[in-house]
Amino acid sequence: MHPMSAPLLHSINDQHFWLSAERCIYWEEAQTLILSDTHFGKTGHFRKNGIAVPQQVYKEDLQRFVQQVTHFKPQQIIVVGDLFHSRENRELELFLKWRRDIAHTRLVLVRGNHDLLDAAWYAAADIEVQEGIYQVDAFDFVHDPADNTETRESRYCFSGHIHPGVSLNGSAKQSLQFPCFFFGAGACILPAFSRFSGLKIMRSQKTDSVYAIANGAVMKL
Amino acid sequence: MTSKSFKPFSFQEETWQYILDGESGLVNAPTGCGKTYSVFLGSLMQFINDHPKDYSRLRNNGLQLLWITPLRALAKDIGRAMEEAIESLGMQWKVAIRNGDTPVAERAKQKKNMPEVLIITPESLHLLLTQKGYPELFRSLRIIAVDEWHELMGSKRGVQTELAINRIIHAGYSFRKQETPDQQQNTIQVWGISATIGNLTEAKDVLLSTLNQPGVIVKAHIHKPIEVHTIIPEEIERYPWAGHLGIKLAATLVPIIEQSKTSLIFINTRGMSETWYQTLLRIAPQLAGAIALHHGSIEQELRLWVEEALHTEKLKAVVCTASLDLGVDFRPVDTVIQVGSPKGVARFLQRAGRSGHRPGEVSKIYFLPTHSLELVEAAALKTAIAEEAIESKEPMLLCYDVLLQYLCTLAIGEGFRAEAIFSEIKSTWCYADLQENEWREILRHLTDGGNALQQYDEYHKVDVEDGVYRIRQKRIAMRHRMHIGTIVSDAMLKVKFMSGGYVGVIEEWFISRLEPGDVFTLAGRNLELVMIKDMTVLVRKSSAKKSIVPSWNGGRMSLTANLGHILRQTFAQALTPLAGIELQSLQGLFELQLDLSHIPREDELLIEQIEDKDGFHLLVYPFEGRQVHEAMSAILAYRIGQIMPMSFSISMNDYGFELLSDQPIPVDDSNAAALLSNENLLADIQKSINNTEMAKRKFRDIAVIGGLIFQGFPGQHQKARHLQSSASLLFKVFEEYDPGNILLRQAYNEVLVQQMDEVRLRQALQRISHSRIVLTFPKKLTPLSFPIIVDGLNRNNLSSEKLEDRIKKMQEQLTAM
Repeated sequence: MHPMSAPLLHSINDQHFWLSAERCIYWEEAQTLILSDTHFGKTGHFRKNGIAVPQQVYKEDLQRFVQQVTHFKPQQIIVVGDLFHSRENRELELFLKWRRDIAHTRLVLVRGNHDLLDAAWYAAADIEVQEGIYQVDAFDFVHDPADNTETRESRYCFSGHIHPGVSLNGSAKQSLQFPCFFFGAGACILPAFSRFSGLKIMRSQKTDSVYAIANGAVMKL
Repeated sequence: MTSKSFKPFSFQEETWQYILDGESGLVNAPTGCGKTYSVFLGSLMQFINDHPKDYSRLRNNGLQLLWITPLRALAKDIGRAMEEAIESLGMQWKVAIRNGDTPVAERAKQKKNMPEVLIITPESLHLLLTQKGYPELFRSLRIIAVDEWHELMGSKRGVQTELAINRIIHAGYSFRKQETPDQQQNTIQVWGISATIGNLTEAKDVLLSTLNQPGVIVKAHIHKPIEVHTIIPEEIERYPWAGHLGIKLAATLVPIIEQSKTSLIFINTRGMSETWYQTLLRIAPQLAGAIALHHGSIEQELRLWVEEALHTEKLKAVVCTASLDLGVDFRPVDTVIQVGSPKGVARFLQRAGRSGHRPGEVSKIYFLPTHSLELVEAAALKTAIAEEAIESKEPMLLCYDVLLQYLCTLAIGEGFRAEAIFSEIKSTWCYADLQENEWREILRHLTDGGNALQQYDEYHKVDVEDGVYRIRQKRIAMRHRMHIGTIVSDAMLKVKFMSGGYVGVIEEWFISRLEPGDVFTLAGRNLELVMIKDMTVLVRKSSAKKSIVPSWNGGRMSLTANLGHILRQTFAQALTPLAGIELQSLQGLFELQLDLSHIPREDELLIEQIEDKDGFHLLVYPFEGRQVHEAMSAILAYRIGQIMPMSFSISMNDYGFELLSDQPIPVDDSNAAALLSNENLLADIQKSINNTEMAKRKFRDIAVIGGLIFQGFPGQHQKARHLQSSASLLFKVFEEYDPGNILLRQAYNEVLVQQMDEVRLRQALQRISHSRIVLTFPKKLTPLSFPIIVDGLNRNNLSSEKLEDRIKKMQEQLTAM
């Protein structure tokens, strides 16, 4: 893992959002950690089906998750979908162990297309599941940005699902690709928290604010 | 046999005798002179000899001859020919076909009652090994024949074939131990059939490796004259651009097609074959109904229809890909047209041989260049044919991916014992050098899935019970059965207009690089990409002037070293009295090249340095083929990076390669020779290999063959989706979290063995060290540099700069705009 640099500030309507190079956002005023597409249990799901991907990537994802929670000490965590990758498997026991360590923190899951566990399971894990669009003050949270269809004045939406990436192009046909935070006019798309995830390269417009995560740092483009 | 006025060739009689003597070996014969009969009739004779009194009455004798063929198509024709021979001898033998096209009911029938002859592909043979009790099917087997062995060897299908033969022979040993020891048939015989390649003896040794017998080579001394005609364009572009010229010359094919009885038109990629088919129909509407298309992604029904129509002379021409390279002959074919470089002498000869097979006839092949420099290749091919310089096929070694797949196959069927199978596979050519520790790692991969987080892991694939490795879970077994095979082809997508009309097919590889709104060319039209939906690319017509021309993945096939060598010699003849018709026609291009830069002679290495708006280009022309150039460019980039940190975008073709940088590249006559020297080669290979994308590309196939990538059950998209990941994502994850993984290591090994082969690179660099290096600084792009520089899609990147420096520079460039 890279040595982490300090988070970068992005303000929306006088609210302070700190962008962490560990692919999550800390919302200062609401003391909320926002992240998306953790896909916990993905390596376990693959392995259960005979596909030998290394579990170390999952272990590190979990460690980063807890590390971010201990660092920002949020009152609540909002995961905008795909907290878990698929149905239950033993890897989730490791998650539950970590969950107990941060038991005092409220954990809200805005359901994503991958979140298919039983209601009882979420309840036992002390996870509050929200369907559709979840609202906190002037902010909306929804998994798939395509589901943020209504245009609501003065509201801003956070979502995930897409695993956004950005391509940097230089002269002499140079190009580099990184995961990014993508802030559009009325909505932000978070990078996938899990490192076991690909990138969808976004095309941005002048009005968009794009922050690349490269070399252990967040940088505004 | 003599009754049917059939006069056998001497190589056939020779083969029959060897088979009767219990020998194994390799028959080397061109297609179209009865190579099938050499081994097949030998098998019949053997049976007749063993049962002289009742051979014509005996039925249900169990499997006698296993006929392995790389081709699914045309198996029917081989089977029909065999049945005719059986009938004319009044025998009761049955012939059956088993491949991906064989219906389930037919398979069940075969299992209950094995035919005497089974025609099968390597994939279907492995599928047979997943059945319980499969050894019983081979109890009576006498001969394993491998048709077109030259085509299989050198690929992973060849390795698959080696493994299947290995297993069947060993299964046979266990039966024969139980039976009376004085029985004559103490082992199964193995016979290969191969066209001419440079290393026939090795080909035989690979095939017979398990038998541990020297075996024999039977050569058919049949000389078939070949006529090569080059289609010379009237107007020669001085700046050649891959793919642009070909289709413009389509009209020149029409009279050739019309004057021939039947023509096969070979196109190098499936996608381009669609374009050619459409174009020919457009410019020669009179051919409608008399011209057809044949390639790997065409529906089976249509494919079979085309093959049948070829036999019955219903077609004037068939546009095809490698799909018609092999197999039985279509008698009516008297003309072959090769569009674009065949990349090797062997392939060109094979295709030429598809025409005029009857004794005394001439094989006629036309070469149609897709860019003007390919005319030099045409000249080189003529020389190579005259000198009979035919490539070798290098057998693949230690393919862990194929071994993992094979072990799962065995684990489904009968299960296997580790020590027994280890000593068995050690007798194959591919795994002879497999080490004990590698073997243990492979077993661990199957049972434990590498390093796991102990109590949080449910890795499940192969279980060990009483020392027997088995796959118990139905789901995993079923998925494995569906994935048996080593051919990993790029998915093809259909292209349709929004309004409904069908345009053609295109490689997913290409289309995935485009964004909605981009304009590309297909089937001679400019099309705007609207969206991709349900494996279909939806487009609308575009009037945009600028469009992207598909650069086909298949177009990245490398020239063989053999042809590269001859190409170098041919090139040096430019503008000399030695120049043949092809080189003469390129006079204008060569004059421009000479005017701006230089034409390299055989003992020279040309290096050009050009500066333009894109940056600083360094071009090197070793003429060693794309593969070697990829490796060489990586090493050169690495070495330059040692002088000063730099980032390069690298492009290459069969003639040379380009390093492009945003700053001047410090190469001049004081250091050029040292930068291309053999010194520290091995260390530099090791250091540069990690920085290239070569291993990542190799990993794509390995991940599929080794069972890491699951493409889903048909019609069950939802469930499969959670198991999908791309090869590049897996590569990234393994690199970061499990760098010792055996499949990842195999990717690097394949690069080292196939592409960055030290011996071959050393030879190339050795040659260069004896050459005079000619360094020029052209004012603008030269004809030689142009096709390399304009290739925007197939680029590699290599950097020795710090990541943050690169990002900073890019950001500065962005803000400066």
